[in-house]
Amino acid sequence: MVKYLTQRVIYMIITLFLIATFTFFLMKIIPGTPFTNASKLSEAQLSIMINKYGLNEPVPVQYMNYIVNLLKGDLGVSFQFDNVGVTEILMNSIGPSATLGFQAILFGSIFGIILGVISALRQNTWVDYGSTLIAVLGKSIPSFVFAGLLQYYIGVKLGWFPVAFWRGPEYSVLPTIALAMFPLATTARFVRTEMVEVMESDYITLAKAKGASWFDIAFKHALRNALIPVITVLGPLVVSLMTGSLVIEKIFGIPGIGEQFVKSITVNDYPVIMGTTILFAVLFVVVILIVDLLYGIIDPRIRLAGGKK
Amino acid sequence: MKKSKYFLLLALSLILSMFLAACNYGGGDSAGDEKENGADEGKAAAQEIKALESALIPAMDSVMAQDTVSFSTLNNVNEGLYRLDPNQEVVPGMADGEPEVSEDGTVYTFKLRDAKWSNGDPVTANDFVYAWQRAIDPKNASPYGPYMMDGKIKGAAEISAAGAEKKEVDLNTLGVKAIDEKTLEVTLERPIPYFLSLMAFPTFYPQNQKFVEEQGADYAKTAENLVYNGPFALSGWDGSTDSSWTYTKNKEYWDAETVKLEKVQWNVLQESQAAANAFETGEADITPKLSSDIVPQYEGDERLVKWLEPTIFWLKMNQKDNEALQNVDVRKAIAQAINKEDFVNSVLNNGSIVANYAVPNEFVKNDETGKDFREINGNELLPYNLDEAKKAWEKGLAAIGTDSVELRYLTDDTETAKKTAEYIKNQLETNLTGLTIKVESVPFSVRLDRENSQDYDLQLAGWGPDYLDPMTFSDLWLTGGGNNKMDYSNAKYDQLVKDAQTTLAQKPVERYEALADAEKILLEEDAAIAPLYQRSSNLLVNDKIDNFTYHLVGPEYSYKWTSVK
Repeated sequence: MVKYLTQRVIYMIITLFLIATFTFFLMKIIPGTPFTNASKLSEAQLSIMINKYGLNEPVPVQYMNYIVNLLKGDLGVSFQFDNVGVTEILMNSIGPSATLGFQAILFGSIFGIILGVISALRQNTWVDYGSTLIAVLGKSIPSFVFAGLLQYYIGVKLGWFPVAFWRGPEYSVLPTIALAMFPLATTARFVRTEMVEVMESDYITLAKAKGASWFDIAFKHALRNALIPVITVLGPLVVSLMTGSLVIEKIFGIPGIGEQFVKSITVNDYPVIMGTTILFAVLFVVVILIVDLLYGIIDPRIRLAGGKK
Repeated sequence: MKKSKYFLLLALSLILSMFLAACNYGGGDSAGDEKENGADEGKAAAQEIKALESALIPAMDSVMAQDTVSFSTLNNVNEGLYRLDPNQEVVPGMADGEPEVSEDGTVYTFKLRDAKWSNGDPVTANDFVYAWQRAIDPKNASPYGPYMMDGKIKGAAEISAAGAEKKEVDLNTLGVKAIDEKTLEVTLERPIPYFLSLMAFPTFYPQNQKFVEEQGADYAKTAENLVYNGPFALSGWDGSTDSSWTYTKNKEYWDAETVKLEKVQWNVLQESQAAANAFETGEADITPKLSSDIVPQYEGDERLVKWLEPTIFWLKMNQKDNEALQNVDVRKAIAQAINKEDFVNSVLNNGSIVANYAVPNEFVKNDETGKDFREINGNELLPYNLDEAKKAWEKGLAAIGTDSVELRYLTDDTETAKKTAEYIKNQLETNLTGLTIKVESVPFSVRLDRENSQDYDLQLAGWGPDYLDPMTFSDLWLTGGGNNKMDYSNAKYDQLVKDAQTTLAQKPVERYEALADAEKILLEEDAAIAPLYQRSSNLLVNDKIDNFTYHLVGPEYSYKWTSVK
């Protein structure tokens, strides 16, 4: 286990280094100026600003400087925010995104699993058709449409929850539901398909013959095996949800990282682009590792590192 | 054992959930609590309002600010020598009455009033000297300092040029001097008739040297790292990534008696529909400017406040390499072939008006005559005229010896820009036989970059002014001017604008006439640009609010005079 983990961590570091390098050079070929009031800058002033941000150095030198600083834990200073470190920006904006994403994935997967299980157990009944309909809607309607509907009907018309901002748990209800629709639908469909297959297998027939309860058959035996593909699907989804859904954050006025990332690209804020990409990459490789470890927990037959002890 | 694994998973999830929740609702700190309380108290207290902004505050260091949200916030918590009042008039702020001006109009001596910073320090002439020197110091690379000062404040351009060459600079050569604690002397490169309006711009605000130096790198990073000399103080602002903040009345402000509002609670909400929803539920009393698709929903509603911005959008026609655009008849054809009336009504539909001019309507009045600048030339300089457009097109094509022209149309990638592009392409291709328009929608930063390198044929660009004078529009088109970027050049035009900057600087009537003549050359003679529309602003304001104040230049809003009925 320790050897496996060490190996994985080394691979993770190599992956992150390659991503940082690739992104750096890719970013350098993005067209556009990093100075938002470029149309008002004289040649002299432009040159002063280029010097200030070290953009006058050749690209390989800029790269070396960046990597050296990165190893020291310094992600640089944003171009669009005066005197603000990229680390500070990321620390301040990842929280709301992560909270919202985590709630959405928790809500979406729990209800998705329940819906999927019920659907599988009541195959070809109105319950199954109903859950299929919910899943189809959840997958096909974009989250911003749900967001708009929830905001208007639940927030404005019924006044049950606040329509926007980020001040407490009640403010996160509507965005969480809007964001959870996709994972809910995805999970429900996967669980249903897997459960239907598993329910037809011999060991379920055996369990039934032994007189196991409906609950035990569904949740202890069948669901456990059905969860493996679900986790595979949910892994990357966790990262994309936790790192922010730009549109949802925009609609509900949530100060998350999605907006920072997109804006940094549109205004060529190089340090923020790099910082967010590295953060996303770190989260991604960590989640992939967790998913792999979860396989072993859910199904002990899956052994890490070739199954040798 | 199995149970314990599930239990472990569940427990981990719950702990993580609680941890995230505790940290991240913005309620984990005292500032957040204050915001909550502020919002609740707002319902009971009379002089408190809730407002929305469309973006975060990127900078609260007046020297480093470069965007409208920062400028607006600075305008409410700080004050320069002058400020704009609700009638767009320049009124004294830190200055005690009118300045003494030398006969040649280049030396201004300001007496400062007895005013204090929020920490109790007096506002002194040195505070201005210090801030202005910081703004021009190449070490700081202020994004607005040189733009506002070069060619205006004596010595500024030389300091910038030396900075660009990485030479040592002497900041004391800048034309600003503290004669004594309450007397400030400013020396200009040339007489500037709109100089006092410049003094209302945040780049020229004072800074408390002792405080700034004490804070070091932390200066202006949060509300606690700032001092205020304006109507309000900032609180609950944790830095540039914070999406909510509060203005609280500054008791130390010299004119605190005029300020009625005790508190303005701010939140950031970008989406127009979401802002309108927040407005409807009472979460906000003032929205940010609304997008065109929301405006029709509120047409006729008293809460919809609209005004004409002095921002014009036009097609720039790049004459650098394009033979067709070097031909004046081709340019005239393009400028006259677009039905602007139909465009503003059917595409924009937000109160924006047709622009057949290069200096906006309802923008500046002549000091001496009190007449709007537009009264000189009228509003029909290069109007839509299909017959004229077709004639000019034929003539232009014959002169360059072709029957087809393809032009690249560069524009932003916003929804409005894309809709505009579709309309313009359709109009030009339909009305001018043989013309093909290739639309290139790109992000703003790319458009700026391509403009700088003149990599475009036609470009949809807009210009909003920084000070109250037609010159902010007229000097854009000088030969080799920083903003020209389309190789337009006309000696007569240059001469008229230069006369307005120099020999006519102190003759308001003649000066306006010279600038009006220049505008005629730009549009009627040369069709250098094709003006399209002048933008309108629309936002929602709760009808309990009195004296909602917007501005035409620089900072967008002032809450000094606003109150709750």
